Amino acid sequence: MSAVSSAAMLEAEKLRGGLSRRKLLDKAFVVIGLSIMLGCLAILAVLFIDLVRDGAPRFGWDFLTNFASRRATSAGILAAWVGTSLIMLVTAVCAVPIGVMAAIYLEEYAPKNWFTAIVEINVTNLAGVPSIVYGLLALGLLVHQFDLGQSILAAGLTLALLILPIVIVATRESIRSVPNAIREAAYGLGATRWEVTKDHVLPYSTGGILTGMILGLSRAIGETAPIITIGALSFIAFLPDSPIKSEFPFVSFQWLHDPFTAMPIQMFNWVSRPDQAFQANAAAAGAILLCMTLAMNGVAIFIRYRFRKKINW
Amino acid sequence: MQRTTEAPSAVRATRPAEETALSKESPANAKSTSGAPRISIAVDDTRQVRTLNVKAAVDNVNFYYGEHRALKNLTIPIADRQVTALIGPSGCGKSTFLRCFNRMHDLQPGTRYEGSITLHPDNLNLIGPGVDPIEVRMRIGMVFQKPNPFPKSIFENVAYGLRLRGLRNRATLAEEVEKALRGAALWDEAKDRLQDSALALSGGQMQRLCIARALATKPEILLFDEPTSALDPIATAKIEELISTLRDQVTVLIVTHNMQQAARVSDYTAFMYIGELIEFDEAAKIFTNPSKKATEDYITGRYG
Repeated sequence: MSAVSSAAMLEAEKLRGGLSRRKLLDKAFVVIGLSIMLGCLAILAVLFIDLVRDGAPRFGWDFLTNFASRRATSAGILAAWVGTSLIMLVTAVCAVPIGVMAAIYLEEYAPKNWFTAIVEINVTNLAGVPSIVYGLLALGLLVHQFDLGQSILAAGLTLALLILPIVIVATRESIRSVPNAIREAAYGLGATRWEVTKDHVLPYSTGGILTGMILGLSRAIGETAPIITIGALSFIAFLPDSPIKSEFPFVSFQWLHDPFTAMPIQMFNWVSRPDQAFQANAAAAGAILLCMTLAMNGVAIFIRYRFRKKINW
Repeated sequence: MQRTTEAPSAVRATRPAEETALSKESPANAKSTSGAPRISIAVDDTRQVRTLNVKAAVDNVNFYYGEHRALKNLTIPIADRQVTALIGPSGCGKSTFLRCFNRMHDLQPGTRYEGSITLHPDNLNLIGPGVDPIEVRMRIGMVFQKPNPFPKSIFENVAYGLRLRGLRNRATLAEEVEKALRGAALWDEAKDRLQDSALALSGGQMQRLCIARALATKPEILLFDEPTSALDPIATAKIEELISTLRDQVTVLIVTHNMQQAARVSDYTAFMYIGELIEFDEAAKIFTNPSKKATEDYITGRYG
C-alpha cells in the first residue's frame, strides 16, 4: 500500500519538476522579448532626444517661416516643409486611388491563374526595390521622356510609384480580412460584384486601407535618394506658385510644375556643410521631420482604433 | 464500407415503388390554371392524398466541382408554400444542393451544373446556362449557417435588399423594414433600436435579422442552410417556430443536421447520401416508417 503511494508521489514530484522548468522557460522568453522591445524604443527615444537637444537653439517660429540662408542662425525650413507637404499631397492623390483599385481588382475580380500569380509576386517584389532605382526610373521616364522637369509633380509621382506596392499590399490584407460570409450575404440578396465591393468590402476595410496609406506616406516623407536623383534643388528662396488665385478661375495648378526642395534634402544639405552652426539646423529639421512622421503614424493608429471599435467581427 | 455500397443499391432496387410515391398527376386532372405541375404524395392507402402545387421541380440535377461529381441525378419536387427538409450525414451534398437553388456556386470557378431546376409559375430553369445568377438570387433568398449580418444598423441590414432593387422612398423603406422584422418575429425586440449596430444583437436575434433581411425582398423560395447550428436551444426553438409560421407566405427549403429539427419543422423530407437522393416523402412517413433501410439506419442514429 505504502509502496504504491510513494511511487505515485514520486511520479507527481517528477511532474512538478518538469513543470517548473517549463514555466521558467516561459518567463525567460517574456524577459528576453520585453528587453529587446524596450531596447528598440530606447534607441528611438535617444535619437529623438539627441536631435531635439542639438537643434534646441533653432526651434521657434522663425525657423518654420524663414527660407534657407547663408547664415545658419537666420536659415529656416519654409521652402522645405511646404515642398514636402505638397509632394505628399501629390503622392497621396496618385498612389491611393490607383493602389486601392489595383488591390480591389486583384482580391475581388481577378481570376486565379498564372498571370495574376505573376502580378502578385511582382507587386510584393516591388516593395523591396531600392528607392534609388525608382529615382533613376523617374529621371528617365518622368523628367525627360514626359518632360515634367524637376517639378513637384515629378517628385510626387516618383514617390507615388515607390509607395504603390505598400498601399496595394496593405489594402489587400485589409480586404481579405472582411469575412467571406459577409460577401455571401450580399451576393445572396442579388448584389453585383461592384455593389458587394462598394457597399460592403470597401467600407468595412477602410481602417486598414487608410492605415496602409499613412504607413506608405510615412515612408515616402523621409525618402531622399529618389528626389535627389530627379533633381530637387537644395537651396530655394521662394515658394511654389499659390494654388488659390484672386482672379478667375481662382485655382491654379502652376505649383505642380515649380521646382522644389524637401525636408530630407534640406537636412542633407545642412549636414554636408563644414560650418558647425548648420549642424544644429539639421538636427532641428530632423526633429521636426520625425515629429511629422510620428504624427502621421499616430493618425493611422487612431483611425485603425476607431474602425476596429465600430466593426468587431 | 458496406454501408456506402448499400445505399445506392437500395435506390436501384426500389425504383418502381418510388414512382408511385411521387406520381405526377396527368395534366388533364390538374386544376392549376398557370400550368404548373402538381404533386400528390401517397405511399399507402391509409393516408389521405394531398395534392400540392410544385414551386420548383428538380429534374435530374448533377453538380460538379471540377471533375468531382458532388450531386448525382437528383429529382425532387419542391412543394409550394411547404417546408421541405434536406437531411443526411456530413458531406452528403445537402448544402451543395441547396446552393444550386440560388446559384451560389457560380462565385467559385470550376463548378458546373447539369439538369434543370424549373421554377414555377414562369418555368425558369434556375441552373440554365442562359439564366443570370443575380436574377436568380433576387428571387430566391438565403439564410446562412452562421448569422452574418452586415456591420451596419439593424434598419440598413433589412433595407439593403430593397435598396439593391432601387427602392429609395424613405417611408416605403421604413414600412417594408417593419413588415420584414415583424415577419421574422424581431420587431418587438428591435423597434426601439433600429439605428443600433446589428452586431450588438444576440446570436439568435442576428439570425432572425438575417431572416428578416431575406424576407424583405419577398423571395419566392427561402433557403436555410443549417440555420440553427450555431445557436443555443432557446434561440433554436424560436427560429424553428418562425420557420413553421413562414410556410404560409414562402416556400422553405431547409438543410439540417438535426433530425429532430427536420421532423419538427418540415412537411416533406429528402434523405441524401453521398450526393444521391435515397428517399423523399412526407416528413411524417420518413420519420415513422421509412421505406429504405439506409434512411432508417440514419434516422435511428446508426451513422451520420
